[in-house]
Amino acid sequence: MKGQHHSINSRTKVVIWTVVMAVVFTFVYMFGIFASDEAAAGSFLDAKQPPSWEHFFGTDALGRDLFIRTLKGVSVSMTVGIAASLISAVIAVVVGIAAATGSKYADAFVNWLIDLVMSVPHTILIILISFALGRGLKGLLIGIAATHWCSLARLTRGEVLQLRAQQYVAVSRKLGKSGGWILMHHLLPHLVPQFFVGLILMFPHAILHEASISFLGFGLSPEQPAIGIILSESMRYLSTGMWWSAVLPGLVLVLIVLLVDRLGEHLRIIMDPYSAQQ
Amino acid sequence: MALEAKNVYFRYDKKQSWILEDCTLKVEKGECLAVSAPSGYGKTTLAMLLSGYLKPVKGQILLENRPLPQKGVCPVQFIYQHPEKAINPRWRLKRVLEESGALREDIPDAFGIERAWLDRFPRELSGGELQRFCVARALFSGADYLICDEISTMLDAITQAQIWNVVLAEAAKRNMGIIAVTHNQHLAERIATRVVDISKKEL
Repeated sequence: MKGQHHSINSRTKVVIWTVVMAVVFTFVYMFGIFASDEAAAGSFLDAKQPPSWEHFFGTDALGRDLFIRTLKGVSVSMTVGIAASLISAVIAVVVGIAAATGSKYADAFVNWLIDLVMSVPHTILIILISFALGRGLKGLLIGIAATHWCSLARLTRGEVLQLRAQQYVAVSRKLGKSGGWILMHHLLPHLVPQFFVGLILMFPHAILHEASISFLGFGLSPEQPAIGIILSESMRYLSTGMWWSAVLPGLVLVLIVLLVDRLGEHLRIIMDPYSAQQ
Repeated sequence: MALEAKNVYFRYDKKQSWILEDCTLKVEKGECLAVSAPSGYGKTTLAMLLSGYLKPVKGQILLENRPLPQKGVCPVQFIYQHPEKAINPRWRLKRVLEESGALREDIPDAFGIERAWLDRFPRELSGGELQRFCVARALFSGADYLICDEISTMLDAITQAQIWNVVLAEAAKRNMGIIAVTHNQHLAERIATRVVDISKKEL
């Protein structure tokens, strides 16, 4: 890095990008939540209109504005994604710590459980769980939360095993500190970055699974404007030339997923102590 | 009143040969014992056995004729050779001293620790500066025995003298026993009341 960019280092740039992404994310989320239902309700007079200045994303077969419906759908998907990945990440950390600090049998059991969950394709497992729990928001949330903790749990387990072998943990033990004290003061602070980065990188998976399960009809109910529902409705009219009803909401979903993925990467860079001097 | 290793055998793996074979060693309170030997003769292993970080395969480590206590503040404290590994990289150095109750007004001056260092992170200090914190942490934890594994190897002569003066003065005041593992023959002769070479068999 030479010349005019000298005043702004790469770390600052990453921080700025992260803030911009977080603002966009929050804006989309808030817009979806606070947009009134009347705005989303359409009239048959406006049905099947292509994108225009009046309706950015056009309208669907029932005359509803697709732009507002997409934002509402994305924010529903975000809620599911955030809640499911939060639950999943907490499960992962608890299970990971239990495996690393518990008995040999607990460790073997957790590893077996992780292998078991990972051996079944996620989509099938989520469909089964969601279907068994009566579909809807609850079934979908539990389904996604119960399938996404595995890799983060493994990561946490490895991290805790490594930390427990550190000299400063051994010293702490010899200074008479209890296992709980060491967990709170030495181990958990090291796991915070792992937790947040894991959580954010889990979100794209969760949101894509939510969309695909809803698309297949095993998730959210049709009256909720989820992205998966919008996409599955659009399939019926795609052959009549309504390309906008599938392409534009799909594009928004992909953009949000990419945005969060980058956000997670940036957060990892910021929290990585080795990048401090870059 | 002594810390002793009684016929201690140790190896890290069953397939390996013994690192320590029938090793017997005794340190009285108030004594400073220097242990020397060439590299690879098990100096550090012996130090870790004596402080309870490792368990002997055969034989016993006895403190006042009893095994080392498993719980509470260990009366035998061990100081590592590499301070940067023995300090939590996410802690400000104030907390390192706090952990053993060594955050007292007089301690920073005695070890040449500047007040500003207390609010810094370990990454921001050099190895020698960090080692002062490790020594202070172990010395003021209330221990009766101090096991120093090459603690001053990375320090310059002045700092080395400064640290050992504090350690020896405090040890004399509290009648502590010290085992100093070192390569440095001159240092051993200077600080120790007795020098043993564990590469030779007559301990």
